[in-house]
Amino acid sequence: MNTVITAIMLPFLAAVLISLLYKRLPRTRIGWFVLFVPVSLFIILARYIPAIAKGETYSYSIDWIPSYGIRFSTYLDGLSMIFALLITGVGSLVILYSIYYLSARESLHHFYIYLLLFMGAMLGVVFSDHLFVLYAFWELTSISSFLLIAFWYHRKNSRYGAQKSLLITVSGGIAMLVGFIMLFVMAESASIRELIATFPSLSNESLFLPAMILILLGAFTKSAQFPFHIWLPDAMEAPTPVSAYLHSATMVKAGIYLIARFTPIFGGDAIWFWLISGVGIFTLFWGSLNAVRQIDLKALLAFSTVSQLGLIVSLFGLGSVALSFGSSTESVIYTQATFAALFHLVNHSTFKGALFMVVGIIDHELGTRDIRKLGGLMALMPITFTIAMIGSFSMAGLPPFNGFLSKELFFAATLNIQQVDLFSLATWGWLFPVIAWIASVFTFVYCMIIVFKTFFGAYHPEKLEHHAKEAPIGMLISPIILACFVIGIFLFPNVLGDSLLRPAMTSVFPSIAQVSEQLPSISIWHGFNGPLYMTIGVIAMGVLLFRILRRWQPVYRLLPPEWSLNALYNLALVQAEERSEKITRSYMTGNLRDYALYVYLFFFITIGGGLYLTGAFSFDMSNNAQIRIYEWILVFVMMIAGVAILFAKSRLTATLLNGVLGYSIAIFFVLFRAPDLALTQLVVETVTTALFLLCFRFLPEWKKETYKRKTKVFHAIIAIATGTLVTLLALSVQSNKMFESISVYFENAYELAGGNNIVNTILGDFRAFDTMLEIVVLFIAGLGVFTLIKLKAGKEEQNIENK
Amino acid sequence: MKINDVILQTVTRIVVFIILTLGVYLFLSGHHNPGGGFIGGLVLASAFVLLYLAFDIETVHKGTPFDFKIVAAIGVFISVTTGLGSLLFGSHFLTQTFAHVHLPVLGETELATVVLFEVGVALTVVGTVVTIILSISEDV
Repeated sequence: MNTVITAIMLPFLAAVLISLLYKRLPRTRIGWFVLFVPVSLFIILARYIPAIAKGETYSYSIDWIPSYGIRFSTYLDGLSMIFALLITGVGSLVILYSIYYLSARESLHHFYIYLLLFMGAMLGVVFSDHLFVLYAFWELTSISSFLLIAFWYHRKNSRYGAQKSLLITVSGGIAMLVGFIMLFVMAESASIRELIATFPSLSNESLFLPAMILILLGAFTKSAQFPFHIWLPDAMEAPTPVSAYLHSATMVKAGIYLIARFTPIFGGDAIWFWLISGVGIFTLFWGSLNAVRQIDLKALLAFSTVSQLGLIVSLFGLGSVALSFGSSTESVIYTQATFAALFHLVNHSTFKGALFMVVGIIDHELGTRDIRKLGGLMALMPITFTIAMIGSFSMAGLPPFNGFLSKELFFAATLNIQQVDLFSLATWGWLFPVIAWIASVFTFVYCMIIVFKTFFGAYHPEKLEHHAKEAPIGMLISPIILACFVIGIFLFPNVLGDSLLRPAMTSVFPSIAQVSEQLPSISIWHGFNGPLYMTIGVIAMGVLLFRILRRWQPVYRLLPPEWSLNALYNLALVQAEERSEKITRSYMTGNLRDYALYVYLFFFITIGGGLYLTGAFSFDMSNNAQIRIYEWILVFVMMIAGVAILFAKSRLTATLLNGVLGYSIAIFFVLFRAPDLALTQLVVETVTTALFLLCFRFLPEWKKETYKRKTKVFHAIIAIATGTLVTLLALSVQSNKMFESISVYFENAYELAGGNNIVNTILGDFRAFDTMLEIVVLFIAGLGVFTLIKLKAGKEEQNIENK
Repeated sequence: MKINDVILQTVTRIVVFIILTLGVYLFLSGHHNPGGGFIGGLVLASAFVLLYLAFDIETVHKGTPFDFKIVAAIGVFISVTTGLGSLLFGSHFLTQTFAHVHLPVLGETELATVVLFEVGVALTVVGTVVTIILSISEDV
């Protein structure tokens, strides 16, 4: 079987195995069993790196639902390789870390099952070539993430955070599904590779723009872009390994993967460019601005993740401009932005994973993450401090760490974009470097907060739950490995660039042939140029702002808390619940008369309106028979009786008047020569009138109606309208006889059924099935009456169901 | 005060037989003239109702020692099984047939399977109508 499908399925199989084995395995061993999965997957996938670097791709597919053309097709190229290595690599480290982080008293088997589900789903997302298979895995990541966030489900905040993240990401997921369906309709293919191959013909379709926006909604909600970033800080209620894995390295990058994957299809379009780069750069700014005000280290990291994701997304936007130039040497300059995005994607996973693990260690060892209580830990936790410093300085973009290189590339890309003479960039292009620079200053400030507020200053043992000491070695291994990567990538960036990033560039820009050859290699020292001056400015301004942090921090209090996006989200939830309840209460009154009103209104509007619009009302009186005097008299009697019922003061009167109507109908049957019907009608009318009288003895006095005059008039209007409609319907039907009657056939009753009474031969012979079921109905009604009266279930005080 | 309803009871004794006869006549004539299982059943039921009105329930029960619920059930059973009977002869469900037979006493007579079906209908109607009225009146 194909390696990629094995890779997707292995975590799911392992999850099933855990559920079978967890009672036999000692609790502490589960983690080690799980660790085996990502490590082996990482090794298997890493073996493909040289082949991928040479530009080879692997695809494999098996039928899933062949009648709908849904194939479980996988595709391994440079882009999915990067993500898969991140998922399995960071996954291994996180699982190793979690073995030491979680105590054996937690329900570990649940934790690892959810985590494996998530890992498998994430691998499925990055390897899927089929749109709908991708969507299935996409939702599976949302669901497993929901389960992981609410791992400590007894906490209120965990449940709140899980619900919030599920609502937001699944809404985006549904939007994305609609977008996928649109793409499928346009291209008549659900394979992403085929879509890319046919993309030039797509851009003129009318569904192109809606599909693009809907797919972007999915990507933005998953990747926590403004204004959908609000779920990410609340998702920090999850255990720290989960935060490190899902909310820094993998799940939030699913949206980025989606953007990268669909760039060949949508890239080169002005709306795509402005949406992605605009939203991305604003998210970068907004996230960094909000990170500075946080007092919880994990919340700070959450906002920094939002901000860094914005950076990556905006770089993908800036890079997509290259596609509008087509295949030329000039366009290769702009693809550098995408190269920087991929590079920062990897870098971010390394340093952010390490930072989350560090915060987890602090939380685990000291019992708090509040920076107001922390301080002076440098000497007490030297290894943790070193890792935190490496991670933070890398995030701030300082040498000698990998964040420096990707930030330089980012600045270069924002400066380059001003030279583009497309999409009115000549007018607005200057905004990109300016916002990027301001956001980088804030990034620098919060990175300094992480390091200096936590590890420098005075140590306050009285504020802490435990005395500070270095973490056990098991918890330190993973962040140390990640920190080594942070430095290693800085020292040898081109190893990563050549083996992983270049092949990925070919996946993002398949139409620009020269892209992977002509990219310049990353150099640590790139001379005195714009980006370097910007970095120096960032450091100078950042140090200054950090020094006077106390003086300008009150700025954040200017905006009242009611104005935040969270308040808006909560308000929307509360309002949705209240409003919908109010609406439901307003029409579900519990009054049967109201429900009858809806039925008649609906009948009147749909049938009447529908027939009126289709012009079905037409009257033709020429074929009507002469009306005789008896019929006039009978109709007159019936009308009087019918109107009199409305004004009857007692129930007895109403019943008798009803009887008058029934007997008149029997006489009509006589007049229209239906003796069988007349006989039946007479007897049935007698029996029902007798039954009515019998039953009404037990009912209370007929009260006068207490409806308001307005309601009564309204009821009258509805009644008259419905009556008129039925009359019109009957007249139209009578006037439009389209087919010959089939009753000629029944005239042969004697030959066919041996009877002269046509009505009875129809009832007993031609259409005896109806009769048979009617007597069954009658029988059931009789039994119903009998049981209702004899059982008297309602009169007993005890509820029978609870016996 | 005990009401002396001797007139009603005497009239009922005679009228019930007239009604029963009418009911049977309507039932049998249904094939060629107005009538049939449903109407016949209703008329028969009304005869029983009249009995219940004129006499008390115990007396009537002594005279007619059968449970009308069972009567109704037997009626449904007959109708469905006559429908199934046609399957035995390779026809479709509920196929009716008829033939002219020379019988010893009655002479040339038309026999039709539809009569069996109508028996079921009539029994169901009688049983159900009497059951409903008895149930409600016993509850009073």
